[in-house]
Amino acid sequence: MDVHKVLVVEDSPTMRQLIVFALKRIRGLKIAEASDGVDGLKKLSAETFDLILTDINMPIMDGLKLVSMVRNDPKYKEVPIVVITTEGAVEDRERALSLGANEYITKPIQTTTILDTVKRLLPL
Amino acid sequence: MSRSSDDNDRSTYSRGEEFLQAFKKGAEFTQELLKENEKLRYRVLKLEEALSQAGGEGGKDQSSEAVQLRQRIEELEQEKAEILGQIKEIEEENEDFANRYVEIEEENNMLANLYIASFQLHSTLDFKEVLQIIVEIVINLIGAEEFGILLLDEKTNKLEPVAAEGITTSDIPAVPVGQGIIGEAAETGENYFIASISGYVRDYEKPLVCIPLKIKDQVIGVITIYKLLVQKEEFTGVDYELFTLLAGHAATAVFSSRLYSDSERKLSTIQGFIDLLTK
Repeated sequence: MDVHKVLVVEDSPTMRQLIVFALKRIRGLKIAEASDGVDGLKKLSAETFDLILTDINMPIMDGLKLVSMVRNDPKYKEVPIVVITTEGAVEDRERALSLGANEYITKPIQTTTILDTVKRLLPL
Repeated sequence: MSRSSDDNDRSTYSRGEEFLQAFKKGAEFTQELLKENEKLRYRVLKLEEALSQAGGEGGKDQSSEAVQLRQRIEELEQEKAEILGQIKEIEEENEDFANRYVEIEEENNMLANLYIASFQLHSTLDFKEVLQIIVEIVINLIGAEEFGILLLDEKTNKLEPVAAEGITTSDIPAVPVGQGIIGEAAETGENYFIASISGYVRDYEKPLVCIPLKIKDQVIGVITIYKLLVQKEEFTGVDYELFTLLAGHAATAVFSSRLYSDSERKLSTIQGFIDLLTK
């Protein structure tokens, strides 16, 4: 079985753990965690990931900046990015998608939605 | 003259004989033809009878076969109706299972979320950290945008605001136990949910939701929600359960962390005294 690497970028340890716990239900995933955008970029430069899940509102570097920087990196040009956020306004969604996010999921967290999205974006 | 006359007579006689013979033969032939005709007519009659008989028997066979086929068709129609009925039952059962699966999946997800939430709540004895975890849970799992956490001050018997999100803590007024929606929820220990979310205007004394933080029957505080995230239009069945279960875990986490903070403070005070006395 192929192993797919997923990076979860979320500042809240509770939510991070919740997302990771949910993702563990999908076989063949290797999950790494980052607490903000800068931490996320560090992890992305150290190894290659097949999917990125990121929050928007985070200290140091927010999720939108991260999406923008990742998309400008040729290494991650095609890697799917999923934004998980409390920001539910249409303009927030459009902004994230225009920056290069593939999916935009709003909180409160629905485990089924996250799992379905990841399964759809990864060749599992 | 006589000789020729004799000859004429003889010739006429001979021709008459010949004619008579021919006539006899013709009569015999006619008789034979009549007999043959009778025989043939008899034969035709017999054949017609036989044919009619044969035709009648074939019709009977066909008729009996048709009856059998009709019976078979009826049997098959009945069988088909039964099978269709069974298929319908199976489909209904299948739909039931599918709905049940979705419900179980939702419950499973809720329990997983609750497990993580309670794990986080009990992972620290730092009072402020516990409050922060409660705030994160209410935002991310419940979907609240503006809310407050009020804890009971046993000395004044009032609920005092200790944390808030989307609003300022100082904006939330202290509420005496038993007074208004919040005070009543604290007194009775019953969850309060507004009848309809639509058209609600924030009122600090009349929240959308008020959940008492209970340890068994003892209420130690409340969570009051004033606004939900824009995408959260209403509460789901799972939310009501989640509220109650989270409130229980949050209550014990708050209680133990506050107790720990108090004991830490007292311990440092006592330690200070001991240091003073021993120096």
